[in-house]
Amino acid sequence: MKNHDIVEKNIGLLVLLTVFAISFGALVEIVPQFYLKETTEPVEGLKPLSAVELEGRDIYIREGCHVCHTQMVRPLRAEVERYGHYSVAGESVYEHPFLWGSKRTGPDLARVGGRYSDTWHKAHLYNPRNVVPESNMPEFPWLFDAVLDGEHTGAKMKALRSVGVPYTDDDIAGAQAAVKGTTEIDALVAYLQQLGTLLTHKR
Amino acid sequence: MSTFWSLWIIVLTLACLALVIWVLFANRKVAVRDDQDPENRTTGHVYDGIEEYDNPLPRWWFNMFIATLIFGAIWLLLYPGLGSWKGLLGWTSVGELKADQEKALASYEQSYGVFNQMSVEELIDNPKAMKMGARLFANNCAVCHGADAGGNFGFPDLSDGDWLYGGKPEQIRDSITNGRNGAMPPWGAILGEAKVAQVADYVLSLSGAEHDAASAADGASVFAQNCAACHGADGKGMHALGAPNLTDDIWLYDGSREGIMHSVRNGRANQMPAQKDLLREDKIHVLTAYVYSLSQE
Repeated sequence: MKNHDIVEKNIGLLVLLTVFAISFGALVEIVPQFYLKETTEPVEGLKPLSAVELEGRDIYIREGCHVCHTQMVRPLRAEVERYGHYSVAGESVYEHPFLWGSKRTGPDLARVGGRYSDTWHKAHLYNPRNVVPESNMPEFPWLFDAVLDGEHTGAKMKALRSVGVPYTDDDIAGAQAAVKGTTEIDALVAYLQQLGTLLTHKR
Repeated sequence: MSTFWSLWIIVLTLACLALVIWVLFANRKVAVRDDQDPENRTTGHVYDGIEEYDNPLPRWWFNMFIATLIFGAIWLLLYPGLGSWKGLLGWTSVGELKADQEKALASYEQSYGVFNQMSVEELIDNPKAMKMGARLFANNCAVCHGADAGGNFGFPDLSDGDWLYGGKPEQIRDSITNGRNGAMPPWGAILGEAKVAQVADYVLSLSGAEHDAASAADGASVFAQNCAACHGADGKGMHALGAPNLTDDIWLYDGSREGIMHSVRNGRANQMPAQKDLLREDKIHVLTAYVYSLSQE
């Protein structure tokens, strides 16, 4: 091609054309999702996480739960049969960042809310092998001793509000009082017990 | 999807395809190449004395590229991809899931459909139903009650014939379907440590375990006043409340003197999660029969 020289000899133009060439995918696959009803409207009944649940979520992230557990039930029969209703985008509109994950070493947790009792979760997190002998999940005994002070909970809620999570001023003002004195294990279990409880499917 | 975003996707997708086709054909033939003219066999670039032949795209590579373009075009016609275009096949991921589920449900009719017509008492003599029940138990119940249904600290043994909420088929079905919430209030602050110890000795005496007889005698009246309302005057428990039988030496929690004192002092709260929103009724039916069979040897 005759004009190839021009592109090859102008780095700025080459960069510009490269960006242009690879931008199609993002423009088609990603940009429309910011404006679609399916991805921006919450499912019926979806509420922002309470102060304690929000702290539980941060513990979930801190301990790396999302590294081994996904939160995404795909619309495949085997998955729906095991975990329940497939995940929909409207369930994740208040998630920043989302915790869908990409690798399952342990089972999916998108619908774990209400599946087991609080007592079971505590026994299991203290030492998974106490209740599931063949489990290879790590133990998390320190969660039982660590107590939250809630110092930053309000600030976290404020940050989330700035990206569209509808926390009220009362929520933010009451956050520290709600969290203070809660053990980490209670916060984490509170977070787990609300996961995916809005959509049900009888398996 | 709004018309704007639908058009946005369609226009950009087709524009991208058109651009790719243009780039491909624009580069297919080499304008300056002339095999007869040695001067024109290279691109004309010289880097440190190294020249570059200006060869056309290999034919197999070119043909493969064309093939992928045709594949893409057919794909976009058959499947949803171009904005709101549903595709000629009308395929959706949810539609595929529904079809798979209906197929599976139809095959379940051979088994669950038959079992639905049978009573729990009949099912426990049906080897196929029991095999399916065992699988359902392993998938849904074993994480708490254990793979052998032998229970665990705080999770009842289902194979021993001792029942918190009753072992008749209907009671088992109710426990699975609606779950159970067991709550024993804490007595430490009400009774004081001395009476907690006395009542623990009395509870030990009920199942004939080693105990301090004098302390147990004092504990009898404490028990009658505070514990008998739920556990019964004879300590045999009450299925309606899920109050355990204290006379059979079967312990959901720690049955030592210390353990009993802990339970009395701090109370116990326990929960069996309801399965009614999770499992279909026909599965609960088979599961009920399996759990019932465990203590019917």
